[in-house]
Amino acid sequence: MMLSSRRLFVSVLLAGLGTGLVGCKKKESAGAGPSGAGEASKPIVIGHYASMTGSTAHYGQDTDKAVRLAIEQVNQQGGVKGRKLEVVTLDDRGDSAEASNAVARLIDVEKASAIIGEVASSLSLSGGRVAQRRKVPMVSPSSTNPKVTEVGDYIFRVCFLDPFQGKVMANFARNTLKLESVAILKDVKNDYSIGLADAFRAAFTGAGGKIAVEQSYSQGDTDFSAQITAIKGSGAQAIFTPGYYSEVGSIARTAQRLGVKVPLLGGDGWDAPDLVKIGGDALEGSYFSNHFAPDVATPKAQKFVADFKAKYKQEPTGLGALGYDAAAVIIEAMRHAPNLSGDAIRSALGKIKDFEGVSGKITINGERNADKSAVVLKIVDGKYKYETTVEP
Amino acid sequence: MKVGASVTELVQQLLNGLSLGSIYALIALGYTMVYGILRLINFAHGEVFMVGAYVGLYVAQWFGIGGYEARGESFPLVYAVLILCAAMAAAALLGAAIELFAYRPVRSAQRLTPLITAIGVSLFLQNLAMLVFGPNPRAYPPIVRELRYEFGGIILTNIKLAIFGVALALTLGLHLMVQKTWTGRAMRAVSINLDAAKLMGIDTNRTIRQTFAIGSALAAAGGILFGLDQITITPQMGVLTGLKAFVAAVLGGIGNIPGAVLGGLLIGLAEQLTAGYLSPDYRDAITFVILIGILLLKPEGLLGVVKQEKV
Repeated sequence: MMLSSRRLFVSVLLAGLGTGLVGCKKKESAGAGPSGAGEASKPIVIGHYASMTGSTAHYGQDTDKAVRLAIEQVNQQGGVKGRKLEVVTLDDRGDSAEASNAVARLIDVEKASAIIGEVASSLSLSGGRVAQRRKVPMVSPSSTNPKVTEVGDYIFRVCFLDPFQGKVMANFARNTLKLESVAILKDVKNDYSIGLADAFRAAFTGAGGKIAVEQSYSQGDTDFSAQITAIKGSGAQAIFTPGYYSEVGSIARTAQRLGVKVPLLGGDGWDAPDLVKIGGDALEGSYFSNHFAPDVATPKAQKFVADFKAKYKQEPTGLGALGYDAAAVIIEAMRHAPNLSGDAIRSALGKIKDFEGVSGKITINGERNADKSAVVLKIVDGKYKYETTVEP
Repeated sequence: MKVGASVTELVQQLLNGLSLGSIYALIALGYTMVYGILRLINFAHGEVFMVGAYVGLYVAQWFGIGGYEARGESFPLVYAVLILCAAMAAAALLGAAIELFAYRPVRSAQRLTPLITAIGVSLFLQNLAMLVFGPNPRAYPPIVRELRYEFGGIILTNIKLAIFGVALALTLGLHLMVQKTWTGRAMRAVSINLDAAKLMGIDTNRTIRQTFAIGSALAAAGGILFGLDQITITPQMGVLTGLKAFVAAVLGGIGNIPGAVLGGLLIGLAEQLTAGYLSPDYRDAITFVILIGILLLKPEGLLGVVKQEKV
């Protein structure tokens, strides 16, 4: 028994290595389809563009893992319309120009029937324009800036929007934490961060709160002591910093170092394992809004977490959950579409209603956005703890 | 109360600026020493600073810093000193190697050639670092456990104190070496006139190599202090920081050692005060405004002397 399980382990490992070594472009599929030659025997290509390297690499890597998990599971059940699916992932390195190039290549060269991407709103905007022009449906897993789906009628998303997310944190700060005055520290180079800050400011002042001081930084900065010193002097009871994890980690440490003991508040951009690695105990007691909480999940989400852990030996992030849902929604649309043309998939996507996703029930509304609830998580002992759910 | 708070804030910003400036000063010394001797702007110097920081990170991991962190014990100070020494030694070797393989073959070429070579070395090292160290930002290990002291609302950490201490000690050491030792005397001789120094029996190649090694070691010390202070490091950290340190060297008077220190401190202060009181968006811009200003008003730098160009 001992020996055979070890042999099984070795052969699985070898098989894994074998598939991993095929080419440097990541592909996962497929083989020949069940019947005949020509178009119908080829796998259906789903293109994914993501920041696989660079300062937001965790977003892309987590999303890609989850997308691949979803496609693998569908292929095990026989695929869609008798054909297997295949994911082609291109790296945009977190750069808008690269994102446009990647989408163009996915459609023109790889012949993708649908596109998944991106996490960062700025990149979804630039990639989305390309997909829209070529009339190929694109589903963004987790871009929350409202402008993303305004690009055109081929662009969808499976997550909530910044105005909602900003309002969630503002109401949480005002009503649950009973804060009077909060400082804002936003990333001025980032549409997402600016959008969240605007939404937070409007909702927090609307609820009778006061913005003590508003400071900014630029993505890639490493020194935040000037901003934190200014915030310290303002007497704010919390700092709302809707940025990305690497900067937020540094901001938390700088605040701790300068003796600022107030909690930080943020959005779903915080959700990456490196956040706590960089920020350490400086983040204890901070709150952020997110798409899903791994510790209080629905049966469907629990299965996703278990499958993800089994395949990748790590916990999925909320962004991973959304990547999985983006793929699942596309697959669902492909099932219901009469054929696999861009237009057919697009209208099927528009009809998605009460779809049971990992990150909650997904209904695509008239603006091609998803109506969904948000959760607030608290960082306790370096882990995310569920605090509350906020309905739209 | 309001006045008291704003004074506290000002003092805090000044302290933060001085600590950032001390790091710039350490890097600027390397630029200024190399320029003093070869009239070469070593654009790869920022990358040596970056490599120094990464060597520190890896040596700290090799000493098992993760284990100390997990157990909540503080990392032995001896190790911290050893990490500093190891990074400085590795950077010294790297600096000497860059000089040997990249600059020496083109030393007698016209001025533009070594400059372009320097840019090439800088790009090469950046991309190599992305390949070897990975492109993601890395959290710097807490080589020194952070302790905070508070004086009437002003926060000072032992890391800031260490930055001041290490920067001061290394600068003083460099000053003594340049003024009191034979090596230093040889450096000064080479910087005045390379050919004449050679005729006087100075091994100029050796002196130039030593200059690169010492400048690089100082940059590596700056790299470790930067990592401790700024929490994350990336393979690109040397680009902007290196440029700012270069401006610091020009501001103080390039080729002038006390000038580099003065320039570094002034740039650090200017950056921090701009970020704190004007807007953080201008924190990088102010450095280059200063560069333009000094080149227009006093091109030889604050402490520089006007030298007649040899024709």
